[in-house]
Parts: sequence; C-alpha cells; structure tokens
Amino acid sequence: MPKHVNAVIVGAGAGGGVVAKELATAGLSVVLLERGKWYTAADCRKDDLCNQRTSVLGAKFGPDDERNPRVFVDEHGRESIVKPSDGAYSNNAACVGGGTFSYGAQAWRYMEKDFRMRSTYGAVAGSTLEDWPVSYDDMEPFYEKAEWELGVSGDDSGNIFKAPRRKPLPMPPLPPGKEHAILEPAAHRLGLHPFHIPMLRNSVPYNGRRSCMRCRWCVGFACELSARNGTHNTVIPTALATSNCELRTECMTREILLDNSGKATGVAYYDGDNRLQIQTADIVVVSGGAVESARLLLNTKHRLFPSGLGNRSDWVGRNLQGHSYTGAAGIFEFDTFDDIGPGASIAICDYNHGNAGLAGGGMLANEFIRLPIHYVTSLPPWVPRWGIEQKEFVRRNYKRTVVVFGPVQEIPIFDARVQADPKVKDAWGIPVARLSGGRHPHTLEIARFLGGKAEAWLKEAGAARTWLRLPGPGLSGGQHQAGTCRMGNDPKTSVVNRDCRIHDVENVYVIDASVHVTNGGFNPVLTILANAYRASSNLLRGWKGSKVPA
Amino acid sequence: MPSACTGSWWEPEVRRRTFLEAGASVAVAGSLAGCAARGAAGQWRFFTASEARAVDAVCENLIPADRDPGAKSAGVVQYIDIQLAKAFRKHRQAYRLGIAHIDSMSRERFGAGFADLAAAQQTDILRTLEQNSRPFFQLILSHTWQGFYGDPRHGGNRNRASWKMVGLDYPPLRGRQHYEGA
Repeated sequence: MPKHVNAVIVGAGAGGGVVAKELATAGLSVVLLERGKWYTAADCRKDDLCNQRTSVLGAKFGPDDERNPRVFVDEHGRESIVKPSDGAYSNNAACVGGGTFSYGAQAWRYMEKDFRMRSTYGAVAGSTLEDWPVSYDDMEPFYEKAEWELGVSGDDSGNIFKAPRRKPLPMPPLPPGKEHAILEPAAHRLGLHPFHIPMLRNSVPYNGRRSCMRCRWCVGFACELSARNGTHNTVIPTALATSNCELRTECMTREILLDNSGKATGVAYYDGDNRLQIQTADIVVVSGGAVESARLLLNTKHRLFPSGLGNRSDWVGRNLQGHSYTGAAGIFEFDTFDDIGPGASIAICDYNHGNAGLAGGGMLANEFIRLPIHYVTSLPPWVPRWGIEQKEFVRRNYKRTVVVFGPVQEIPIFDARVQADPKVKDAWGIPVARLSGGRHPHTLEIARFLGGKAEAWLKEAGAARTWLRLPGPGLSGGQHQAGTCRMGNDPKTSVVNRDCRIHDVENVYVIDASVHVTNGGFNPVLTILANAYRASSNLLRGWKGSKVPA
Repeated sequence: MPSACTGSWWEPEVRRRTFLEAGASVAVAGSLAGCAARGAAGQWRFFTASEARAVDAVCENLIPADRDPGAKSAGVVQYIDIQLAKAFRKHRQAYRLGIAHIDSMSRERFGAGFADLAAAQQTDILRTLEQNSRPFFQLILSHTWQGFYGDPRHGGNRNRASWKMVGLDYPPLRGRQHYEGA
C-alpha cells in the first residue's frame, strides 16, 4: 500500500494543481491523482479534426471514448449513453492541467456583483440564485496571486466597470490585430468601453517560457511553445520541484474512504494497470471538475451518508451550470482576417450588470481565430447547407467575417444536475455521471439581450450583414461547468463551507468550479485558480496535524 | 437536443447523437451479413468500388468543383473510407444502408445508380434524401466538410485545396518566423 501522506488530491486541473503547489510548498506531503495523462508542448499536432474542441476524430486530451461513458437525459426525459466526443457529454478534459492545458486562456476576475447576485437582483422565480459566502474583497489578493504566479497578459485599464485591483497585470497585452482595430473605434462611437482581454498567455517571456508566436492553432490545441499558461506548466511543476508532491497519472479514483465515525481516511483508485490501490491521507481534496467531483461524492456511500458524501441535504450535483454563450457574426466588405492568433483580443464589460429588467448579463469579446473546418460549420442561416452557393460563400467570406461573442452568467436551477447513474458503469465498474435538466428561461432572455448588443457593435463597425447565435433551453455545463457542490454558510442549502470544506466531514474539501455559487459573466478559470489559492491558504492556516514527510 | 455547451462560436451545437441513430433511420431493409468485396484495385478499406463511386458522386454534389477543386479531386471519399476503418467504425452500417438507399431510390426514380445520373437528377435525389433521411444526410455532409476543409493528414483536402481556396498560407509563416527567431 502506498505510504500515508498529509493530503491526497483528486484531479490535476485548475483547482487541484494550485492546491498541490500550495500544500507542497508549505511542507505537507501530497499525492496528486490524475485520471488522464501528462501531455507536453510536443503533443501539439495542430490537427484540425482531432483536438480537444473539434473532436470528430477523437478528443485529444481525454477522457477516452472507450472507457468513460455518461448518461444524458434530454428535456423530454429521453436517456442516452454519450461519449466524451459527443456534444451532450459536457466534456472538459482529462489530463494534467485539465482544461487549462488546451483552453483559450481568458483570465477574468469576476466583478463585485458577481459574488452578490441575490443581494443585487433579489430572488428569481424558479432559481436557486444566491450570494457567494465570500466577497470580491476576500478574493482580490488571490486573484492577484494567480495572475502573477501563472502569468497573465492584457490591459484592463480601459475597463471602467472592473472591480478595484491593487497591482496591474504582470505582462502587457499582445499587439492588437485587425479585428481589434476594427472593433475598438466602433465601440467608442457607441459609448462603450473596450479594452485588451486579460489572458493566461505570455506576451513577453515569463517564468522561463517564451511568448506566444501567434499561430492559427490555439483553443483546443496544446501550445507548441508552452506560451499559454495552465497548471501543467506552472504550479504543478513547482509542486513537484519541492519533492513533497507525487503526481500519479492515469489513476481513476473510485471513492473516498471513510472510517466508522465518517471521517475520511483516503481514497481508493485504479492505477494505470487497473489495479485497485488505497492511498491514505489526513485530508482528501476533490478537484475533478463540476461533473466528476459531484459524481465522486455521490459514489462515496457510507452508513452516515447513505445518499453520498456531503449530500445530507440533497444538494450534491445540483445547480449544474456553465455559460450560455450568445453573440453575432458580421460579414464585411473588406478583409478582416489577419491570420494572427489567438484572435480574441478586445472586450467590453458594459453589459455585465445594470441591464434594465435583467438579472445580470455578460462580457462580450471578439472570438478566437478560426480554421476552415470551424468556419464551414458556423455559416449564417441564409446560406444553403450544401452546393456551389455554400462553397462560394466560404471562399468569399472566410477572411471577411468577425464574431462577437460572450458568456451569459446563468441563473442557476436546482434541477440541472449530476447524479450517479443507477445502471450504467464505466470501464472500472464505477457508476457514471447522469446529466439532466435545462436552463432557466431568464438566462435565455439575457442571452437575447446580449446577442443584440453584439450585433449592434458589429453593425457599427461596418458589417454589411449580421446574424445571431443564441443558446437553446437544454442543459448547460461543458468546459465552464460549475455549481454542483455549492459553497455556503447554511448546510441545508450548500455542500461546502466558505473554506471549501464539506459541511458534514472535517477533512474532505472540494476545490474546483463545483463550489461556485454563480459563475460570473466571464470565463471562470481565474476564479477557480484564485479560489483554490484562497481555500489552500485557509486550510494551511488551520493546519494542526503533523507534516508527514513525503 | 442539448447544446455542445462550448464557449466558442466555431464549435456550434453538434447533434452527434443523431448520427448514432443514422443507420437505423434509413428506411431500407438490407442484409449486412459478410464484408463487402473490395474494389478491383483493392484501394478501398471499407467501401466496395461501386459504393465508393456513389459516395464520391454524393460528395461532389455537396461541394462541387468550380474554379477551385471540389470534393472529388480533394479526395473526400478517401477521407471517409479511411475513417470508416478507424474513427468512424460506428458509422459503417449507416453508410452501407444509406448508400444502398440512395442507389435504390435513384434506380426507382431514374432507372440508374446515383453515380450514373445526370446532374439535375442527382440534385433531385439529394433533396429527397435531405428531407426524408436527415440523419444520414447530415452525417455524410459533416464528413464531406471534414474531408474537404480538414487537415490533409487524414486523407482528404488533397493538396490543401480548400486552404488555398480561402487563401491560407501553409505553414503559417508568421508563427514560424517568430518561433525560429525566438
């Protein structure tokens, strides 16, 4: 049996990576379990059809289709078994770095009101909308720490809506591309406040790694230069360098082990050779992402927790949310495409809050660079789906299209949920995640509003013709999955306390986007990182045990 | 249907579950027993020579040649055939039944297999297919896009035909220069 350690962390993504580094550098012994592999920059194949976002020939960075099914229940109650490369699966990734290995890397701080949605907007019928138990001020030092330790470029000085920050971003923005130059003056003419998107991407050499070479293969691909910053090339190597942390890849956690009193003693997992292993630890940190973290808790059954660990009040797996992306594309009469990645560059926060009659909103930004296979699957509704006219449209407009898009902060609902499926099991015999529910109608209302604003911005910029893309009513989740182990002060309406510790158990923590009460009108990763720093800091402050050598 | 829940305009909602049902939705009774014979030249991994001819003709209708190459000269049918032996194994039945359906519909209506019909007759058949066998039509359309616009390493987009068509350099020189100079 592996040696006892202070902490076992399940999942080496955004949350788990930070916790591993914080605990290991403080002298605690840590085992970091990851079900996927550790890829590197050398795994960048620049393959248009086999990457993490266009997975028609496979999801490159896990999990694999063969061993990892889920059950999806649609809005009519029809069940189907889905694979990671199916859209309904809500996949993020399974590898060291998690989603941060292949993401777009927008590095947003949530705004003050994003932590106080209920206080700001009041109750919304049919929603579990609530405030976070922590404020922006509680998070601010940890946002800063995430920005500087992992490395963020950008310039939000033009964003008059942003919450106060003590330090500027550590790197300047990448030089603006053509779309930025087109959209910026248009935004000013509309009285909006555009600025450079903060990105976990090196614009100058940083932390011993090079700057972005601005290629065409960005979101969904490994970064060939390792110029994009995730936990795989920052905090996890730092954790390993302390010698206090051991990373074990291709290890699938089955359940959290509990003693008679209901205290955790470690985890049971299958190693790379599918052998069942026990790792004992003083504390267990669950960082598997909103779907898999909830699944692990629900699959941890005990006399004291017959419906799953932390699930005494039936809140585990509830409030599954992501982002309802909304926006518009515009066709221009001149070339707008400069073939310079990452493409996304300019944003506005004018519509995150303060929209009449709406409980929130979202950021709008220009979209990431595209490949031809992306373009052909995203044509306007007036173009025939096949034939010469479609081909002519692609040829004429591939370089003349600009997209403005943004993540609507979702209004959470109790019935959008993750359960452990009663019948279907994965290749290891573990009950799989069962996803069901939909989106709140008000989320869709906000999306219609924000989509219209995207369209207006494009028209002002000179688009000859525009079209909208609005989200549907089906279940959200996906790469921005969050909410399933809500953080709160009341054990009756939340799963973990403000320190991210499960209310019911003294030594099990959930530290990932599962704890987000609401998910901001922004890409969530910087908040996941910052909250992991914050939770780690509180955990270490309260540490009373001995520090077991690694 | 659920959305793919991606945060990107460029990865729209994909109804992949429908694809899984595509085989069952084609209203054709046919025996699947045994592997189909390979083409005379043995160049096909999955298709028979006659199936390959039919698929080639379908794909060329979906992306026809004009002043730039179409699906046929870009090798889309090669892409689909290669993938049916790998990533698309689950779609084998859909193709076998779907092609048989297209050919029998063609014979019924115009007295010849799809590949031998006149252009207007092929369009007519495909319009019917799009209406009545939507899952299979969507499947072959998606695969045609992939084989035409996707990475040439997978057997389609021969000579980077579509990338040249939209004016994309390869390799992307800007990035390479930066990389080599860094």
